[in-house]
Formats: sequence, structure tokens, C-alpha cells
Amino acid sequence: MSRASLSSACAAMLRRDLTLAWRRRGDIAMPVLYALIVTMLFPFALGPEDTLLQRIAGGVVLVTVLLAMLLALDAMFASDIEDGSLEQLVLAPQPLALMLGMKILAHWLTIALPLIVISPLMAALLHLPGAVIPVLLLALLLATPLLSLLGAVLVALTVGTRRSGMLLALMLLPLCVPAVIFAAGAVAAAQQGLPWLAPISWLAAALVLAVVLAPLACAAALRIALDS
Amino acid sequence: MANWIPLWLHRLSSPPTFYRFAGTLQPWVTTLALLLGAIALYGGLVLAPADYQQGDAYRIIFIHVPSAWMSMFIYAVMGVASFIALVWRIKLAEVVAMESAPIGAAFTFITLVTGSLWGKPMWGTWWTWDARLTSELVLLFLFLGVIGLYRAFEDRRQGARAAAFLAIIGIINVPIVHFSVNWWNTLHQGSTVNVFGHSKMSWDMLWPLLTMTLATKFYYAASLFRRARTDLLALEGGKDWVRQIAQGEDAR
Repeated sequence: MSRASLSSACAAMLRRDLTLAWRRRGDIAMPVLYALIVTMLFPFALGPEDTLLQRIAGGVVLVTVLLAMLLALDAMFASDIEDGSLEQLVLAPQPLALMLGMKILAHWLTIALPLIVISPLMAALLHLPGAVIPVLLLALLLATPLLSLLGAVLVALTVGTRRSGMLLALMLLPLCVPAVIFAAGAVAAAQQGLPWLAPISWLAAALVLAVVLAPLACAAALRIALDS
Repeated sequence: MANWIPLWLHRLSSPPTFYRFAGTLQPWVTTLALLLGAIALYGGLVLAPADYQQGDAYRIIFIHVPSAWMSMFIYAVMGVASFIALVWRIKLAEVVAMESAPIGAAFTFITLVTGSLWGKPMWGTWWTWDARLTSELVLLFLFLGVIGLYRAFEDRRQGARAAAFLAIIGIINVPIVHFSVNWWNTLHQGSTVNVFGHSKMSWDMLWPLLTMTLATKFYYAASLFRRARTDLLALEGGKDWVRQIAQGEDAR
């Protein structure tokens, strides 16, 4: 058997995951619908005052996107565990971290990207000023891959367990606190007309760190969880 | 040279040796913890003078501050033990890391509860999103996550390794959380609360505090020894040395 080159293996991995996601398009729509519904509930619960909604808009959109991603996180490796392809991936000659990185990228493309696309609508529903929306998008573009990467490590750790939904939320909360703080901080600063570049830079720095370390940690976690 | 130290440590890491070692040490450590705790409580609640600003309410620090120190100390111990468990695959390190987690969670919980009890009369509120309070709350969730992950696995050793990995991720995360929470808090408002008005503590108040710190350390050791012993018996259920202990119990 000739070894496939690294780049073609990566491309194959990405294509496979994206094809699988495309075959079940309905699943992609679910997090988006969930996020929209949660956003809609806030005006009902808090009253339709413009000023109040404007103040909480940035935070609500961020937390809603985070929760929608958390719900979808569970499924990251689920089908691969069921049909055994994850074991094959671990045994494959290509570095596991790189392959998992591709899986995380595919997951981000199918789950987080639709959420980012829909987020201006969510923000508009809550009357977030139009001038702030680019900052919100930038913050989401940096924060969602960070959450996908951190979440992937935790999902890999819980691969061998039965009930992982609530557990994932409990484990992810401490890890996502900095991401939420910086993303929401940037939006709040932009809304008050303050410079917002500093928190965005921190997010970008965290993302660079996570892009390098998280796939390695994910591979290590998966090896621990599958080793029995 | 001092060759016997690594040798002794190596021997200690074998479950039966540690079981006996912890068994002999445990009553002594428990006694020390109780004794020092009683002395510290007497010193703190009776001998130490009342604070000129806070009156008697400040006395909760004799529980609160040692618990807060212990919560961080135990997390550090858990992290180091987790690292050892993952790198060298020492069974005892797994046991120590996993049995430290509930004790650490308990200390963190005590810190939060006593802190809010003190906060109500002093700050006028049970809870404020102060950076230190928030960091401590996040620490509690880290402990709970480790415990939850450990319990979620059917195979205990596998669960211990997974949870140990989570503990190490958490250790990297703690400074980041603390820093970001600090930044977040100062962004919104300046610090409205001053944890201690006086910067220098008088010796009358300091010695009960330090004694209590020692007492909590010994309590941790005692509790850890007890928990580790039970855990080792359960973990090594099929081994010969456990059978001998069980037969010894039966004969009595």
C-alpha cells in the first residue's frame, strides 16, 4: 500500500466530513434555528424596550452562539465512533493531530459558519447598532474556532463515556470564560465608542495558540479515551 | 550518596506499600489536624482581639483564608499528580489525583460559602462579580468537571487518565481565566470593594491563621490517605495483597 501524501490525506479527510455533513443538511440547519429561537425569547422575557435590548444584544448573541455550538459539539466524533472509522484514523500512518485538525475545521465550517452568517440577523433582532455588527462578526470569527478547538479536546476526552452532554457543558464552561469575556468585551467597547482592538488581539493570540496546541491535545485525549 | 530516596519513593509508589504506609501515618495525621484545628479555633475565636473596623465578623477568615489557600494548593497537587500519572503511568499518582479532587472541591465550596457569609454584613451583598470570587467559582467548576469526567467512565483507570488530562488543561487555564476576569472586571468598573482594610496583620490574629493553615494541610493529608486506601483496595480487588488483608479481616 502506497502512502498517500499528507496534503491529499488532509483534503480527503475534509472532503469526506463535508460530504457527510452535506448529506444530512437538516442537521446543519438545527443549530441555526436553535440560535434564532433563543434570541427571539429574550425580548419576550425582558420586554421589548430598545435601550435594554441594545445593551444586552452583543452578549446575548455571543452566548447563544456558544450554546448552539455546545449542543452540536456532541456529534463531532459520534458517527465516527459508531462505524469504527475513528479507530482507523488513529491507526492511519498520517499524524493523528493533523487529521483531527481537519475534522475540527470541517465541524467549524458546518456548524459555526452558518451561525456567524445568521448572527447579523440575530443582532438586528435585538437592535444592535449597525456600526457594531462588523466588530461582532470579527469577534465571532475569532471566538468560534477557539470554541471548536477547545470543545474538540473535551469531546475527545468524553468519547468513551455514555452520557456526555451535560458533562461537556460543565467541562467547557471554565475553558470558554476567557473567550466570552474578550469577545463580549470587544463588542461592548465598540458599542461605547471605545477602542476595541485590544480584546480582539487577545482573542487572535488565543486562537493562534489553540490552533497549534489543541489538535495535539485532541489527539492525546483521543488516545487516552480509546485506549482500553 | 542519597540513593535511598529515589529507591524509597519508588517503593512507596507500589500500592501495597503505600497502603501500609498511609495506614500507619493516617491516625497521627488526623490527630495533628484535629489538635491544631482546635488550637487555631480557640486562638482565633477567643484569644484574638476583635478588629477595630469589622468587629467580630472578621473571624471568619480563620476558616475562609486557609480554605482558599488549600483550594489552590490541592489543585496544584492534583495537577502534578496528573502529570506524573500520564507520563509515567503510575497507578498511585492516578489515585492521588482523583481522590484529591473531591477534597479540593469541598475546600473551594467552603471558601465560597464563608466568603459570601462574610460578604453579606461587610459588603452588603452575598455575591459580587469580583475577579477573585469569579476565579474561585471557575476553580470549583474545574474540580467538578474533573470529578464528573472521572465518574463518567466505566473503567476507572481510563477515567482517571482522561480526568488527569482535563486537570492539566485546567492548570494551564487557571492563570488565563484569572487574568481575563481581572481585565473584564476593571473594564466595567473600578474595584469597589477592599478585601482587607489593614495591610498588616497583628501577630495575635496571624498565629491562629497560620496554625489553621497547617491544620488544613494535615486534614488534607489525612483525608487523602483514607480515600486513597479505600480506592486502592477497590482498584486492586483481584490482587494477592488485598486477599491477604481481607482474610486477615475475616480471621478477626
